[in-house]
Amino acid sequence: MKTLADAWDWLADSAHWAGDGGIGQRLAQHLVLTVVCLIISCLVALPVALVLGHLGRGGALAVNISNVGRAVPTFAVLVLLLLTPLGKWGEGPTVVALVLFAVPPLLTNAYVGMRGVDRGVVQAARGMGMTGPQLLWRVEVPLALPLIMSGVRLAAVQLVATATIAALAGGGGLGRIITAGFNLASTPQVVAGAVLVAVFALLVEGLFEIAERFAPGWARRARNGKG
Amino acid sequence: MTAPPDDCLARNEWICGRYLSTRREILVDAVLQHLELTALSVAVALAIALPLAVLARRWVLAAGPVLALTTVLYTIPSLAMFSLLLPVYGLSSTLVVAGLVLYSLTLLVRNILAGLRAVPEETRQAARGMGYGPIRLLLTVELPLALPAAMAGLRIATVSAVSLATVGAIVGFGGLGNLIYSGMNTYFKAQVLTASVLCVVVAVLADLLLLGVQRLLTPWTRAVRS
Repeated sequence: MKTLADAWDWLADSAHWAGDGGIGQRLAQHLVLTVVCLIISCLVALPVALVLGHLGRGGALAVNISNVGRAVPTFAVLVLLLLTPLGKWGEGPTVVALVLFAVPPLLTNAYVGMRGVDRGVVQAARGMGMTGPQLLWRVEVPLALPLIMSGVRLAAVQLVATATIAALAGGGGLGRIITAGFNLASTPQVVAGAVLVAVFALLVEGLFEIAERFAPGWARRARNGKG
Repeated sequence: MTAPPDDCLARNEWICGRYLSTRREILVDAVLQHLELTALSVAVALAIALPLAVLARRWVLAAGPVLALTTVLYTIPSLAMFSLLLPVYGLSSTLVVAGLVLYSLTLLVRNILAGLRAVPEETRQAARGMGYGPIRLLLTVELPLALPAAMAGLRIATVSAVSLATVGAIVGFGGLGNLIYSGMNTYFKAQVLTASVLCVVVAVLADLLLLGVQRLLTPWTRAVRS
C-alpha cells in the first residue's frame, strides 16, 4: 500500500506533469504515435485485405501473418530497427515497428470478414447486375464491417502496447516514464508510469467497446441507405 | 603493438560465425533461462486456467466477471504489467513469471471455456443417460472434447510467452531479451540479430512440439478427417 501511496504522490506532483519529458509531453507523444500509426497501418493493410478478400486469393498469407506476428518479439524488432540506418531517424524505428505489428490483426480480421460474407448474398448481388467495385463497397464491406472493426480494435491495443515497449529502445511515449523510473531506481515512478500506461490502454479499449455498442445500428443504417 | 583482429566481430557485422563460437555459453544460458521462464509461466497459468474455465462453465454467473477480468489483464501492455508487479516481487525472475502467467491465463481461460461450451448438448445428455456423474462427465467426455480448442490456446499462449519474455530484460530476467538489451546498449549487431533469431526459433519449436502433443492426445480428430 505504501508504494501505491508513493506512486499517487508522484502522479499528484504537478512538477512531473509539465515540461520536457513530463507526463503531459509523454502522453501527447503516446497518443500521436498510436493514432498516426493506426492510420498508416489501416491505409496499408485494409486495401490489401479488402482486395484479397474480394478476389478470394492469398487467404493462407492473410491468416498466417497473424501467427508469424505473434512469434516475433516486439522488443527484438525495435532493437533491430534501431541498429539499422533507420535508427538515426528519431522516431523512425518506432513508427516502422508499430506499423509492422498493427498490420497482421488488421489484415487477418478484414480478410476473414470479407470471406465470411454469405455467398448467397454475393451471388444475389451479382445476379442484380452489380459490378465488382459495387459488390465490394455496397455488399461485402458493410457486411464485413464488424470483423474489420474488431481488427482495428486489436491493432489499436497492440499499438499502445508496442509504443510502450518502444521506450526500452529509446522511443518516446508513456513507457519512458517507466524506463526513467527504472534508471533512477524509483519504484514510485515506475508504478506511476505503469498505471498511466494501463489506464491509457484500457481507455483505448473502452473507446472501441463504446463504439462497438453503437456500431450495429449504424452499420445497418449505412447498408439500407446505400443499398 | 598488435593490430586489432579484422574479423566479423571487429567489423560489427550482423551475421557473425565467430560470435556464435566464442559466446556459445552465454547463448546457451540465455536460451535456458528463456525456456525456464516460459515453461514455468505457461505451466502455472494452465494450472490456474483449467479450474477457472470449468468454474465459469458450470456457474454461468462467474463467466462474465472471469472473461472481463482476463480481457482487462490482456489489455495492459507488458512493460506496464511487469512494472506494476515490481512492488510485489522486486527485481526477480518471479516478477517476469508472474507477468507472463497473467497473459497466458487470459488466452487459456478463453480457449478452454470456448472448447467446453462447444461440447454438443446431445453428447452430454447421452453421457448422463449412460449414468455418468458430473465429475466423470467432465473428465472423460467434456475435457477430451475441449482438448483441441484448449491446445490451440496453449500454443498461442506459449508462443506469446516466448515473445513477451524478452521484455523481462527491463528487470534483468529476460532470457534472450537480456542479450538483445545489452546488445542494443553496446551497438552489438551480431548479438542482437542472433538473440532475436533464436527467440523466433524457440517459439516455432515450442509451437511444433505442442502440435505434436496435440496430435498424440487427440487421435480421433485425425480419424474423422481421413
